[in-house]
Amino acid sequence: MTVNARNITDEEFFYGHKACPGCGGALVVRQVLKVLGPHAVSALPAGCMSAVGFNFPQLAFGNNATITPFAATAAVLSGIRAGLAAQGTAPEDCTVVGFAGDGGTADIGLQALSGAIDRNDDVLYICYDNEAYMNTGIQKSGLTPFGASTTTTPAGQSEHGCLTQKKSLFDIVAAHGIPYAATASVGYLSDFLKKVERARDVRGTRFIHVMAPCPVGWGFPSEDMVDVAKEIVDTGLWYLAEYEGPALSGMPGGTFRLNRNPKAFKPIEPYLRRQGRFRADDGADLAAIEAARDERWAYMRERWA
Amino acid sequence: MRKFLSGNEAFAEGVRLARPQVISAYPITPQTTVVEALASMVEEGSLTCEYLHVESEHTALAAAMGAAATGARTFTATSSQGLLYMAECLTYASGGRFPIVMMNANRALALPWNIYGDQRDSLSLLDHGWIQVYAENNQEALDLALMAYAVAEDERVSLPVMVNVDGFALTHTYESVEVPAAEDADAFLPPYRTANRFNFEHPVSIGYSAGPEFNGHYQYWHHRDMLTAEAVVEEVEARFAATCGRRYPGLVDAYRCEDADFVLVTLGSVAGIARDVADELRAAGKRAGVLRIRYLRPVPGRQLAEALAGAAAVGVLEKDISFGGDGGAVFSTVLAACARRGVARSALNFIGGLGGADISRDQVRACFADLERLAAGQGEAGQVVFLGIDDEEGGPR
Repeated sequence: MTVNARNITDEEFFYGHKACPGCGGALVVRQVLKVLGPHAVSALPAGCMSAVGFNFPQLAFGNNATITPFAATAAVLSGIRAGLAAQGTAPEDCTVVGFAGDGGTADIGLQALSGAIDRNDDVLYICYDNEAYMNTGIQKSGLTPFGASTTTTPAGQSEHGCLTQKKSLFDIVAAHGIPYAATASVGYLSDFLKKVERARDVRGTRFIHVMAPCPVGWGFPSEDMVDVAKEIVDTGLWYLAEYEGPALSGMPGGTFRLNRNPKAFKPIEPYLRRQGRFRADDGADLAAIEAARDERWAYMRERWA
Repeated sequence: MRKFLSGNEAFAEGVRLARPQVISAYPITPQTTVVEALASMVEEGSLTCEYLHVESEHTALAAAMGAAATGARTFTATSSQGLLYMAECLTYASGGRFPIVMMNANRALALPWNIYGDQRDSLSLLDHGWIQVYAENNQEALDLALMAYAVAEDERVSLPVMVNVDGFALTHTYESVEVPAAEDADAFLPPYRTANRFNFEHPVSIGYSAGPEFNGHYQYWHHRDMLTAEAVVEEVEARFAATCGRRYPGLVDAYRCEDADFVLVTLGSVAGIARDVADELRAAGKRAGVLRIRYLRPVPGRQLAEALAGAAAVGVLEKDISFGGDGGAVFSTVLAACARRGVARSALNFIGGLGGADISRDQVRACFADLERLAAGQGEAGQVVFLGIDDEEGGPR
């Protein structure tokens, strides 16, 4: 049964936490756990969602959950899965799910993630991407986009923000031949939840990279969060895609699919201008961001469309 | 059954008998042959478990924690830089109260890079909340693999145990070892049962954060339960003697200390030479003793103070250095334990075996000679003596 707004459970598994208003990450955790149900076991590294959900005695998880060392989300997931397997709990009966941010995944947690995929451990890894180390106060991560001002890439006269491009995490994960990987955005929630449901039912390692805007770190009003999460997709600065590995697709190297491939993108300038983090960007920065977007889409359309 | 085994092979036999449900394995010299032996056991079917080929020591311990959180019995092993690489996870595992057993093949720390045995790796991590025990020989290593689980999993303790086995001196040296029968091991070590696990009827958060108003209590309980481990070790050793036939002496192993004028305190495999030399001295009418520390966490404070109370001079021989420190970690521990209990003794610290350097019989004889002089009121107490180094570097400091 496909999960949708009508039939999704009213039961809450992430409730009473301390996340900021309009937090994209909190929406991710809440919705994913609704899809996975009460028998999910969650692991979260140091980061926003563990900082807001694990404050003894105010523990916000309705299912079994644990905090992990920062670098060790995937490692702890592997261990949980192995422990359950050794005691006879089938993967179908209990999804072992990790929620880690962009820094916790693309930077410090990448090695452990790679190891888990290599072993094809039966776990679901969700990267909620708010494009910087938000829990520690908006520092640049490997997934911070070009031009974004953070506290370690402060916009000033000489530099207007982050000087590097966002790491292609989805491609890195897919290159392992993982059974299933997807990108998503909380702005397209039904697409995201469908992918979670799909991932739940695939065996082996699964990975979803979901865009989860942060009102505080990006500099926009909290009530705009879902709209911003839509706009990042509509401008082509994020994309909705899936990868099925060789086992699932029957194809050597696996197959990619673009879930949205619009003929035209919305203009990027309003998207950038509504966010404080791009305030210093000038015409040259905008041109560079647009050019990188077009290059990325040419790459994806040539290979995945 | 009696077998001729290296320390690593003996330890792997002990792990097989303990029936871990999850093993996370990453190779590092000189630990490697433990995880190789366990992999072979899994392949041949003599050990049934989930064997995870992890991609780092950090993951080795993190995965063991995840498995332990499901209520599974877990094992991992490491050494040296690997232990330091997983150091962050050590406090997670102990604070989470996961009774993981880990073998550490004691090895030097870089730089200079060195694969040989000293004890700087584990001694630099004494306060990461793990029980630490040091084996003297391969038989003890095997037996500790089993006993460590019994101590760790006791609900009064519920803490991880690091079993330290001297790199190469034990890990790669062959000895005749008695391997317990599987039925005896099973009788000694029943399957792991715990409430500290995920629960599908009543879901729990296992690891979480605790702010200033609660945090200190968690640390205190951790400390209190570590101290409780002393009594549990003794109970476990009594049960082990009853089921598997070998008796161990608790946190320390005192040899001819009762009437000793001077005692050499040490730990690990070098204790054998120390006892041999003490016997030589006894034969010559000199009252020498040896105190082998088995457990360094919990600190055997009472046992140290009692065993050393009658000695006029005490030496501590350790394969460790504390840079800029006031003697090595073991020396500081022994002095503090004695001082806290009102036992002030003239003491010398002997630092040797760094980077795998041999601690020769003659060096141990020289240590005892220094202690004998100190007991007779000659020489200066409190010196830190670097074996094999002082002569070239201008004397002790």
